[in-house]
Amino acid sequence: MNFLAKIADWFRSIGTATRNGITRLGFATRFFWAIVRASGPTFMRPRLLIREIYHAGVLSLVIVLMSGLFIGMVLALQGYETLVRFGATEAMGVLVALSLVRELGPVVAGLLFASRAGSAMTAEIGLMKTTEQLAAMDVMAIDPVARVVAPRFWAGVISLPLLAAIFSMLGIYGGFLVGVKLIGIDGGAFWGQMQVAVDWRNDVMNGVIKSVVFAFAVSLIAVFEGYDATPTAEGVSAATTRTVVTSALAILALDFVLTVFMFRGGVN
Amino acid sequence: MHSASSNERNFASTPQPTDASAHIELREVSFGYTPERQILSGVNLTVPRGKLVAVMGGSGCGKTTILRLLCGQHVASSGQVLVEGKDVAHMSRDELFAHRRKLGMLFQFGALFTDMSVFENIAFPMREHTDLPEAVIRDLVLLKLNAVGLRGAAQLRPSELSGGMARRVALARTIALDPSLVLYDEPFAGLDPISLSVVGQMIRKLNDALGMTSILVTHDIAESLKIVDYIYFISEGRVVAEGDVESIKASTDPFVKQFVNGEPDGPVRFHYPAVALEEAFR
Amino acid sequence: MSKKTIDLWVGVFVALGLGALFFLALKVGNLLNFKEQKNGYEVMARFDNIGNLKPRAPIKSAGVVVGRVESIKLDPQTYEAVVRLHLEKNFQFSRDTIAAIFTSGLLGEQFVGLEAGGDSQMLKDEEWIKKTQSAIQIEKLISQFMFSKAQETPATTAAPSGAGVKP
Repeated sequence: MNFLAKIADWFRSIGTATRNGITRLGFATRFFWAIVRASGPTFMRPRLLIREIYHAGVLSLVIVLMSGLFIGMVLALQGYETLVRFGATEAMGVLVALSLVRELGPVVAGLLFASRAGSAMTAEIGLMKTTEQLAAMDVMAIDPVARVVAPRFWAGVISLPLLAAIFSMLGIYGGFLVGVKLIGIDGGAFWGQMQVAVDWRNDVMNGVIKSVVFAFAVSLIAVFEGYDATPTAEGVSAATTRTVVTSALAILALDFVLTVFMFRGGVN
Repeated sequence: MHSASSNERNFASTPQPTDASAHIELREVSFGYTPERQILSGVNLTVPRGKLVAVMGGSGCGKTTILRLLCGQHVASSGQVLVEGKDVAHMSRDELFAHRRKLGMLFQFGALFTDMSVFENIAFPMREHTDLPEAVIRDLVLLKLNAVGLRGAAQLRPSELSGGMARRVALARTIALDPSLVLYDEPFAGLDPISLSVVGQMIRKLNDALGMTSILVTHDIAESLKIVDYIYFISEGRVVAEGDVESIKASTDPFVKQFVNGEPDGPVRFHYPAVALEEAFR
Repeated sequence: MSKKTIDLWVGVFVALGLGALFFLALKVGNLLNFKEQKNGYEVMARFDNIGNLKPRAPIKSAGVVVGRVESIKLDPQTYEAVVRLHLEKNFQFSRDTIAAIFTSGLLGEQFVGLEAGGDSQMLKDEEWIKKTQSAIQIEKLISQFMFSKAQETPATTAAPSGAGVKP
């Protein structure tokens, strides 16, 4: 009997976790619509948006530039090791560009964005909630979702695709530096093969679409966790951690789904 | 002491539903986040226009909840919360916003916007709710800051202010749009004696000079007795005593006496409910 | 941080981001060349079998990319594949050009190879390439090989017996 009770407890805990997860997903969805409905002021007053783009985008620029450059350089070095065995080092441009544009650009830029800007958004909104700044706005008859949440959300949605593009560009340049300048592959072959192999619609546009989807996901997670945080110091720090973890999982899961739909042609 | 005084400032001895001068009126208001745990149960409270009223009680007795009900952030589970005769619970979205625009609230720790300067904090409600030209806003902000003696601090960040200064800036922001009703949530919490006295005097002066109605939620009995017109005592979700300053000071009510004199034991028990000591150590 | 500084940085950031998008589309994704092709002309060709050929596959002549496959359809009457070829306008091909489907490398992507003939008249827009050569299918090659081997086997076993008879 005791054993059965333990099994029942175990299933019950799964049930509770599932129900909580679904409830939170429901809240997040409703929150998303609340943001969309309250987005008027964000676009009527670009000053709010510009300030938040500065915080979300410009302040993430350095880490994205550096990571992009290094990841491109590493891709070129590792790619060379493999390609040289098949005598196909000219394909390095293709390798670097396709890896970055299709996968690494959107995904790694998304992960960096979540940990740099997303966590900051959560902490900021959570802190405003803890110190009753959001309640103060509410009492002043100013909707905190319109004034605080929506500008941050849209700034994230705008910033991440740009960061992902910058990341890919820097990565390709990093690959060029290592492949052409350091190892000595023919520069013409590097760019030429890349241009033949990379399709602007199937590869570049799909990469951009990925980054836009990630941008919506990460920004929503970040502002939701902040707004939903328990208004205490521990609550805010827990929410910040949740933002990074949930965002990372969301990016990787969405990436898989999107890849299946976008690049099915390569599988069949 | 209940309703016995003939003092002319004793205006709320019995709640008069048709009292024309009542700005705020709570009738039999109950509230709880869950049905099992009631925070307020059957509270009656009246605040006439232009008066400064204190709502006092121990920590966690539901004082702040009354303020949240008044500004429409919570809705009473039963009873009426009337502002100028209109029930806050039944206001439309537009009416609620109009009500909030005429209302100022000073939060416990000021709730200044940390990403704006002092100047921008006070300009914030003006910018959001009016189309005043920049020059007019500037003059108004400096006037408000001057009223709290902090015109020189206009360009500081909230993080650069002391606790007392932050509270005064928050006060200036609260009255930025000349509200007709101001709610103070623990305005004296965590202040040194000088700042405390300054803020207290300021609340009284603003109330008289601007003709506002003020509700002061606090547990600082000494400072309140110096400035307010009338006091309500709340314990365990209900009004247990009320009266003007003189009658409170002269009161023989055990709860009021315990609260005014700060006695550790009395109607409010020192011990959390537990089994008898002899039982516990047997 | 003053408004002007923030504006400047946000401006730099957005310009850099848009620049990167253009870089990816033009320099990496070759959007410009694709646009140029739109000024070219289209010819059609029938193939018995196109193998793994896909739309947007390159068309090469002497190894140089001269266009892209526009679309691939099945002719319901003849059960042949009809391939539309988009060629750049500065490359002209004679009317007896042969179109063939090749594979780059052993297992690489497939492309259409054009081999110009000697006709003085050139292919025009919406004309048909008459001579085509289908994709080589590994399965067919293998089965042909096995079949010919199977045919050979009795011949080779017969030969010694025949030889045995002869003397």
